[in-house]
Amino acid sequence: MKYAHLIVELVKRDLKLKYRRSFLGYFWSLLNPLMMMTVMMVVFSYMFRFDIENYPLYLICGQTIFNFFNESTNRAMYSILENSALLKKVYVPKCVFPLARVLSSFTTMALSLLAVLIVMVFTRVRFHLSMLLFFVPLIFLLLFASGVGMILSGLAVKFQDVTHLYSVLVMILMYATPIFYPIEAVPESVARFIRLNPLYVIITLFRELMLSGRIPAAGSWLYAALAALVMFAIGSALFDRMRKSFIYYI
Amino acid sequence: MSNLIDVKDVSMRFIMEQERTNTLKEYFVKLVRRKLRFSGFTALDGVSFSVKPGEAVALIGRNGSGKSTMLKIIAGVMDPTKGSVSVNGSIAPLIELGAGFDLDLTGRENVFLNGALLGFNHRYMANIYDQIVDFAELEQFIDVPVRSYSSGMIARLGFSIATHVQADILVVDEVLAVGDYAFQQKCYKRMEEMFAKGTTLMFVSHELDQVERLCKRAVWIDHGKLRGDGPVEEICGAYMKWMKGQEQ
Repeated sequence: MKYAHLIVELVKRDLKLKYRRSFLGYFWSLLNPLMMMTVMMVVFSYMFRFDIENYPLYLICGQTIFNFFNESTNRAMYSILENSALLKKVYVPKCVFPLARVLSSFTTMALSLLAVLIVMVFTRVRFHLSMLLFFVPLIFLLLFASGVGMILSGLAVKFQDVTHLYSVLVMILMYATPIFYPIEAVPESVARFIRLNPLYVIITLFRELMLSGRIPAAGSWLYAALAALVMFAIGSALFDRMRKSFIYYI
Repeated sequence: MSNLIDVKDVSMRFIMEQERTNTLKEYFVKLVRRKLRFSGFTALDGVSFSVKPGEAVALIGRNGSGKSTMLKIIAGVMDPTKGSVSVNGSIAPLIELGAGFDLDLTGRENVFLNGALLGFNHRYMANIYDQIVDFAELEQFIDVPVRSYSSGMIARLGFSIATHVQADILVVDEVLAVGDYAFQQKCYKRMEEMFAKGTTLMFVSHELDQVERLCKRAVWIDHGKLRGDGPVEEICGAYMKWMKGQEQ
């Protein structure tokens, strides 16, 4: 754990650089999701209508979580490649790079949660004590994204094709995750698979807490926790196998 | 006294650039055609030596002889293909000055980032921060992004950080070629000071004068094999004689 503070420094660097030279700075993390939500709301209230209670909140919950997953895994994917100069000169445990990137995206997502709160206040959602559990699905999400990020970062070093392939995969995943539509809108034959999508399960946990304050069924919690832990374990194991050969490729 | 660095029968083979499989398609094509050969290049071949605490050891040899590979293995950047290296202390590697600097961050921010890369926390770096900046002579520019530094300034800051953190071993790979004469002299003085305080030194340079000035012992590597290991004058002399012989 000597390198915990290295992760902290790397996260700090990411955050500093993300908004350096922009006029609104960190404010963007709040503004961006609100603007995206507004655009999607306009599109989906006039063009395709879904019968969803409190659609703005439904949208922004799914979108915040999916955006985090997309951004963190994409940035993690390039983390080893982009730090190659460094890896050739100083010994550091290589997993700090993907993990730091996922964590810095997680920090910006935490800022975006303020946008969720704003939407909740505006749409007059009644406050429930159970809403305070919101962080639990987010922890699952963090573990899940870290696992995926580690796998991608290792693969991208060896096979650059992965970077091209992944953008398509993310798009498929986006449509396979009910972010702007309700799961009832897809035929049951497809919905069956969507319910297995860990991202969908995590988003649904978060949404149910935020929208209704009801505590989701134990099965969903268990499934999400298991999926997150398994993905993190697979990610670390694969990364550990791949890291030894990085030096030959970077 | 026990050894600080133990290099045991270390070999290093690299897969050659053109043999490397970089895309999935190539990989499968080669796999199918059973052409996944791994012909390579041997950078180090059964090298063994050890370094005791407080020693100053130079690695000498021609370009491409495997010196830098050896240093990288000692620094833990690479794992050897065969053999083992054990290091019983912390290392401040100077394999390239300014490695790990983020050009968009200021000098000040980079001091802390670089410290963290070497394994030192924020508080520790804050304590030696003034010394680092003072030695690098960068007070005026410390809050400017490193992007706008000259190569000399980057080298000064990199050297200053690596030599002010408390490490057991300083590994220096030909980094002093940059920087003007005055700064080079300052660097040698600093390394001599560190050596006097008990820091162990691993030094690679083509400047044999400097090698003889800083080190008492030299290890000569040629084509990945150990050619000599002993008192610096003796090994440097043999190396010079051999180099002259090669010219003819």
